[in-house]
Amino acid sequence: MTYHELTISNALALLSDRKITSTELTRALLDRIKQHDDRIKAFITVDEDMAMACAQKADQKIAKGQMAALTGVPIALKDLLCTRGMKTTCGSKILNNFVPEYDGTVVSKLKDAGAVIIGKTNLDEFAMGSSTENSSIKVTANPWNTDYVPGGSSGGSAAAVAAGFCCGSLGTDTGGSIRQPASHCGVVGLKPTYGRVSRFGLVSYASSLDQIGPITKDVKDAALMMNVICGNDKKDSTSARVAVPDFTKAFDQFDAEGLKGMSIGIPGEYLSVAGIDPDVEKVFLNAKQIFKDLGAEITEISLPHTEYVVAAYYIIAPCEASSNLARFDGVKYGFRHEGTDDLIDMYKKTKSKGFGAEVKRRILIGTYALSAGYYDAYYGRASQVRTLIMEDFANAFKTCDFILSPVAPAPAFKIGENVDDPLTMYLSDIFTLSANMAAIPGISVPAGYSSNGLPVGIQMMANRFDENSLLRAGYGFEKAVHLEKRFPEL
Amino acid sequence: MKISKDEVEKIAHLARLEIDDSEKEKMAGQLSNILQYIDKLGNVDVDGVKSFSGAAFMNNVLRQDVLEPSPGPDVTLANAPCRDGDFYTVPTIVK
Repeated sequence: MTYHELTISNALALLSDRKITSTELTRALLDRIKQHDDRIKAFITVDEDMAMACAQKADQKIAKGQMAALTGVPIALKDLLCTRGMKTTCGSKILNNFVPEYDGTVVSKLKDAGAVIIGKTNLDEFAMGSSTENSSIKVTANPWNTDYVPGGSSGGSAAAVAAGFCCGSLGTDTGGSIRQPASHCGVVGLKPTYGRVSRFGLVSYASSLDQIGPITKDVKDAALMMNVICGNDKKDSTSARVAVPDFTKAFDQFDAEGLKGMSIGIPGEYLSVAGIDPDVEKVFLNAKQIFKDLGAEITEISLPHTEYVVAAYYIIAPCEASSNLARFDGVKYGFRHEGTDDLIDMYKKTKSKGFGAEVKRRILIGTYALSAGYYDAYYGRASQVRTLIMEDFANAFKTCDFILSPVAPAPAFKIGENVDDPLTMYLSDIFTLSANMAAIPGISVPAGYSSNGLPVGIQMMANRFDENSLLRAGYGFEKAVHLEKRFPEL
Repeated sequence: MKISKDEVEKIAHLARLEIDDSEKEKMAGQLSNILQYIDKLGNVDVDGVKSFSGAAFMNNVLRQDVLEPSPGPDVTLANAPCRDGDFYTVPTIVK
């Protein structure tokens, strides 16, 4: 039995048929982590005893015939999600030893559904980055080629799924942090509509953009995890009061009707983005053909404010971050610099020693943009541009069901290649930022490989609360695309 | 917009950060670079465009005012780097 290749749906079927036990599965994945994670470095924390105890409990439930949606399935969590009694570092020195006293809502939901929490995964510090190199704890490697980054900021969560260390994981996405690492690691990543998933217990980076979502081995698994994590939560007043559908219905719809009647928008502006890698372009054009063959209709659409997305995002996100991260002041939790008898000096030394370079950079940009005299020119204007971006999408969805695009302009780059060039790194987020700015859902699905054998995904974005279209199309695409290798050899 | 070393220092103070002298020049360069790129927002015609506020598209979110048990000081203060009984302690504020 190759436990590490099991998808969530495979594992659930085998568990419910009593062909395997959760104890066997969890043990096998823990052993695989032990054997390989010193090279991949996907995990910050693995609690073997806790995971095995959970697995045993799951097996007892299964024996009694009390199976819930994810009973016995090992799941990894990005270390930005609060877990009661389990260290939650956010990849930062400032929370090095922070052990939350409560579970985030998604964590409670996973536990209630019977999932086995196998560990906490690495990330760019406070989710600020696109390569996981900004973690203050370790640098995660891409399981397909360990010289390369896994993408970010949920790089640990994507690498853990690709490496077969867990059946699925949760990441968070503020500007592409689920979709881009999923693309770079050859797995599926879904950023739900803003408000679909409660953010309670997610350490905030940019509150109007942050959203939690699944990273999985296939599209079906993304729907299975969505069925568990979505829903209104009184502890997050921005969580949406909309009914949660059974997301797997999208697959029945595909099986019955294919993509008949679906219309796919291709934004003209995206194709003229400078510097698209030829391998990425090839994968994208192939994907477009596959959708045509599946019976979808392709229409050209326009998103006229595409050129301003990166600029507006890199004002709004740092502004929100500068406010959110003010709480890490050495008083209530986390690291405190000792040995100073002045309060302001204690704040300054705590933050300066606790935060890494990229976090400081974004706090400074945000503080500057919000400071007296600059507010209107920066945050005010960026918020108006955000309205225009959102209107672009609202108009586009009048003529298409979803928008097809690359995920990132290039495949994963080598570790260390871009570290000293923040602006270049920001510009590489061009295709993913819009979904966060417009509060819409987006999915990344494996679609091919670069010439040097690294995975490349494609992105689909749909209207608010229309994850159904993404899952239906993603599922159809996954069936039709021919990928010679689904998992890397470690 | 170009940011000088002095401005880096001023913003850092507002954010309660300290930037090493050796890092200030580099930070000023990187911030200038980023802000120069962001200046392109000035080219957008935003006349009469409403400011986006709140990605959740909701107005007032109301709930019943029901008393729930508090976790208590031991839980609330469990992660305090420095405490005295049921209080957080910080360096002297008023001298």
